[in-house]
Amino acid sequence: MAGELASPTPALRGSARRTAALRLLRRRLIQAVPLMLGVVIINFCLIQMAPGSFLELMTAENQVSDPATVALLRKTYGLDDPVWMQLLKYIWALLHFDFGFSYRQNMPVIQAIWIHLPATILLMVSSIALAISIGVAAGVVASMKVRTFWDSLVSIAAMFFYAAPSFWLGIMMIVLFSVKLGWLPVGGMMKIGGNGGVLDILHHLILPTLALGLFYAAIYTRVMRSSMLEVAQLDFVRTARAKGLSRNKVTIHHVLRNALLPVVTILGVQMGTVLAGSVVIESVFSWPGVGSLLFDSVSSRNYPVVLGIMVLGSLVVIAANIAVDLIYMWLDPRIEIR
Amino acid sequence: MQRFEFLGRFARNRGALVGACLILLVALMAAFASVFFPTDPLRIVGLPELWPGEDPEFPLGTDSLGRDILSMIVHGARATLLIGLFASAVATIIGVGVGAIAGYFGGWVDEIAMRAAELFQTIPNLIFVLTIVVILGSTLTNIVIAIGIVSWTPIARMTRAEFLSLRDREFVQACRSMGMSDFRIIVSEILPNALPPVIVLSSLVVAGAILFESAVSFLGLGDPNVASWGRLVGDGRQLIRSSWYICAIPGIAIMITVLCLNLVGDGLNDALNPKLRDR
Repeated sequence: MAGELASPTPALRGSARRTAALRLLRRRLIQAVPLMLGVVIINFCLIQMAPGSFLELMTAENQVSDPATVALLRKTYGLDDPVWMQLLKYIWALLHFDFGFSYRQNMPVIQAIWIHLPATILLMVSSIALAISIGVAAGVVASMKVRTFWDSLVSIAAMFFYAAPSFWLGIMMIVLFSVKLGWLPVGGMMKIGGNGGVLDILHHLILPTLALGLFYAAIYTRVMRSSMLEVAQLDFVRTARAKGLSRNKVTIHHVLRNALLPVVTILGVQMGTVLAGSVVIESVFSWPGVGSLLFDSVSSRNYPVVLGIMVLGSLVVIAANIAVDLIYMWLDPRIEIR
Repeated sequence: MQRFEFLGRFARNRGALVGACLILLVALMAAFASVFFPTDPLRIVGLPELWPGEDPEFPLGTDSLGRDILSMIVHGARATLLIGLFASAVATIIGVGVGAIAGYFGGWVDEIAMRAAELFQTIPNLIFVLTIVVILGSTLTNIVIAIGIVSWTPIARMTRAEFLSLRDREFVQACRSMGMSDFRIIVSEILPNALPPVIVLSSLVVAGAILFESAVSFLGLGDPNVASWGRLVGDGRQLIRSSWYICAIPGIAIMITVLCLNLVGDGLNDALNPKLRDR
């Protein structure tokens, strides 16, 4: 596989690649520390900028009047200390996964988020999978039939889905597929009283996945098309053709694999927007994920949960980015660790 | 002469031309909203839930309360476009500032600026906007600034790249040897040369900002005094079983506007880099 890339340096193989991957992983984990610190500091600044005290913010929803609780919170976050000490204590609390207590859910914030996380990750993964499969397929078709009817059709569809607000697309799909045709459920993750069978969940997953994924499919289609056209002009492709390989074989084995790299890059950059997009889509489809929790918490001014979601959401993005880096390395063995 | 060549290249791109005309139309609509519909768009004027075409007086129908949808769309255009423009302006100011300093000075300044850009790309953008809005209050200013804060990173990267390629050119070295200050070199020498691709990118950021604002308003977290298109979609959401057009029409308005802005942006890009066309 690796030999097919016209690489100037011999590709890493077997165990060497594994150690390289581990080294990359370690490097990315170290780089993640200042990033997370930045997220926490921004969080802290927002708390400081808010009208009202930290204590009011943390207990805004249920006017906590129990003196013992108030005293405990004062102590945990060191509210009588100078600001920099408060920041240190805040970081210390977060390091122990102490994101505060959510009175609305009557459980620690971390637990409330944790319960909702799997649904969101399921929606994200399925949307990204849909976006990549449609994007790659459509991009390849458009690039192989460049400047034909099919190319125009793909470009127009991509333009359409790139401009349509995802929440509106979701509502319109509910109107068509749920209200008019009755094929798919209006919302939720499983039938009321259902036991959460795989098929039932998949049935409920189709519309939210389409609503969230088609926007990204449009982006990947455009990137894939231009990337395929670019790679097809490179020397090693001409060599492969000169060897007598058929056009299809060259496209699939030589061009496609190399053309995928920009798609993977963009995927990494956009991980945060996919997570953010799922907030809106979850609200449209009453999908019981972190987005629904966020929406509920924003509406009820449940600040600890809102801030916790921001920190943990960033953590999910960082983790996903590291995964993307590893995929990138697997796709292109030439890549040395920067 | 060069400018005419540029306009000619832009005008040959049919999609971009159509996009530009439609944007102009929406902008005119927004500017003269109170001439076409002098009364308050949120006033009840007819029977509720009239379908488009049912009553010639309300070509796009009425909503659940009997308000004229066409009037609300025309007035909403102003809010939507202005929010998009201002948010993009905020993003451009931050992005150009950070990118210019990072690209010009390089070294640790560059390192810090790029880490900051990475940080803002890590925080899920809409979650950040919602957090800012809920903590600092959902006023129009806060929403515009929040969208600007989450949208500046691509502009900073682009500006930085332009500055990196320009900062060692001969004309810049000449300015330096003349003893011109760094600030003046950045603002009056390099920036004008770096701006064209950046401006194209900001026109695309306007489109993104409009989508952003519509999502915030759709969730019901926008400024309660502003009836932007996103809010109209959100308001119509309860009635999709009986009157789905209430949701559909403002959504189509958002889509057409964003589509046209993207077409114009692409057209400008192609006109700037004629060699890159068909890529």
